[in-house]
Amino acid sequence: MLKSDRTFFLRPQDMIGIAVLAFLLIVVLPLTLDNFRLQFVGKYLTYAFVALGLVLCWGYAGILSLGQGVFFGLGGYCMAMFLKLEASSVEATKIQTTPGIPDFMDWNQITALPYMWQPFNSLTLTLIAVIMVPALFAFIVGFAMFKRRVGGVYFAIITQALAAIMTILIIGQQGYTGGINGITDLRTLNGWDIRTDSAKTILYFVCVGLLIACILIAYFVKSSKLGRILVAMRDKEDRVRFSGYDVANFKVFVFCLAASLSAIGGAMFTLQVGFMSPSFVGIVPSIEMVIYAAVGGRLSILGAIYGTLLVNWAKTSFSESFPELWLFGLGGLFIAVVLIFPNGIAGLWQSYIAPHLGPLFGGAAKRRASPPATPPAAPPSGTAAPAAAE
Amino acid sequence: MNTAVITDTMNKDFVLAVEGLTVSFDGFKAVNDLSFYVDENEIRVIIGPNGAGKTTVLDLICGRTRATTGSIRFKDRELTKMKEHEIVRAGVGRKFQNPSIYEDLTVFENLEISYPKGRSVPGALTFRRDRAVKERVQEIAETIFLADQLDQRAEYLSHGQKQWLEIGMLLIQDPELLMLDEPVAGMSVSERKKTAELLNTIIKNRSVIVIEHDMKFVEDIAHKVTVLHQGKILSEGSMAKVQADPKVIEVYLGH
Repeated sequence: MLKSDRTFFLRPQDMIGIAVLAFLLIVVLPLTLDNFRLQFVGKYLTYAFVALGLVLCWGYAGILSLGQGVFFGLGGYCMAMFLKLEASSVEATKIQTTPGIPDFMDWNQITALPYMWQPFNSLTLTLIAVIMVPALFAFIVGFAMFKRRVGGVYFAIITQALAAIMTILIIGQQGYTGGINGITDLRTLNGWDIRTDSAKTILYFVCVGLLIACILIAYFVKSSKLGRILVAMRDKEDRVRFSGYDVANFKVFVFCLAASLSAIGGAMFTLQVGFMSPSFVGIVPSIEMVIYAAVGGRLSILGAIYGTLLVNWAKTSFSESFPELWLFGLGGLFIAVVLIFPNGIAGLWQSYIAPHLGPLFGGAAKRRASPPATPPAAPPSGTAAPAAAE
Repeated sequence: MNTAVITDTMNKDFVLAVEGLTVSFDGFKAVNDLSFYVDENEIRVIIGPNGAGKTTVLDLICGRTRATTGSIRFKDRELTKMKEHEIVRAGVGRKFQNPSIYEDLTVFENLEISYPKGRSVPGALTFRRDRAVKERVQEIAETIFLADQLDQRAEYLSHGQKQWLEIGMLLIQDPELLMLDEPVAGMSVSERKKTAELLNTIIKNRSVIVIEHDMKFVEDIAHKVTVLHQGKILSEGSMAKVQADPKVIEVYLGH
């Protein structure tokens, strides 16, 4: 019978891959790193949510978004607004002209809480907003673009423009957003002080848990027929359209999903780092996020997580010693990925390491990707091992 | 799509009625006031010199290009107002000139995506590869000579096999009108023979429009031939009649 004949959405090698990652994040890193370093890893992991979304959106569906920072920021700002309101109780702000509103509003002569901020008094509404606001925004952008068949480079440029617009908007509307400083001085989540070391450790584990849940969602989408349609669309969009699919709906879906994943990362960032600012929204962070996915391997869900950790770890250690050189290093890394190993770390793993490890570590995928011993067909035109539409 | 029910309830003479169809690209009329009718279960071959507008006619029918004026009625539904995927769901299948298949997916997955179920976003997320799907894919794979290649990535197929795969992807949708753009172009002699065989088995219960340059092949399969020239019909009728038409000899066959 068919090798592709499987009922559960995770293949054995996927389960092992996830288990290894979970073991690393839950056991190895907390035991080997001090609290200070572990908090760094926690921060890196929030970007991994974005990279995960990019694997689905860019790797699988071929939609390159250079504006994922917008969604990361929206999620982060939603969470920050809730935390800021909690930190701005009447007692805590009684020295202000208008007590009970966030300090930056008071500095900007705003005398009542804006309507936009009202829902963020409730944690439930905030959590819904973290997921839904970016998804809704992605829906509007995606619907407008994809229904008009804007794609490829044009779409990438538009998302980049969105990132720029969002930054300008946040900085310009200082009284409502905290301006260039962002929303700072966040203290408690429903009375629980998030600034202590123990809280940060707990938040690290929450972040890991959410990331693994999101990885499972990504695997589910990838292994469903929808995942294969995304790959098909990337390859021959017209063929999909003329097979009876409304292609734009699938693109809108995956773009919204990527946006929501990024937003979860953004919200976790705010909780762990304790502030949110426009510097995580703009063009530069958005492009950095694309580099994380590219280095890890844009076709590999787990690869993108490792890519994010690795690039960020390199960034931290590099910029500690050679702050001026980091950007050149990052640029060089991106060029190297594009020219030398287009499928990133995951691609290198697939071609050089997995074949020696047997089927449970992805060796099977490699065998499936190569032509069988007796092909009646012409030999494959490209010899590069496809890191997998699998 | 239940073909039997539709054929029973339908007493229209024509499956496809194209009337007064014109499309102009910046003033150039690629198709000019074209009218033709395709019967149920008919194989119609469209021939004509390069630039005659053959592919444009297929593009217009399947909604890839929008008509400037004129109407295309398929089983009494006006196609010129419908979106591409709605036209497909109405029962029109189209094969492109170059094999248009998903190279990164296996033959099985290529056919499965074309299986007419779970075409919405939630439908695709919850789509299950059940028995009916597997049996249908197997059946189609046997028809298109690819039954032992189901797990093969499509990029490793030969050119001819890719053409068959795309035909199979259309068959699995069971369209009532099948449009094929040069199905034997670039094929070897033996592949060509097999393709003619294939076409003869798949035309049952459906109408087919074929664009083809290979005269031997046209002779083998055509019920009726339409000759296009500069966006207009030059001649129409049986192969023998068309071949004897002096106008046709002048612009096309005589070359």
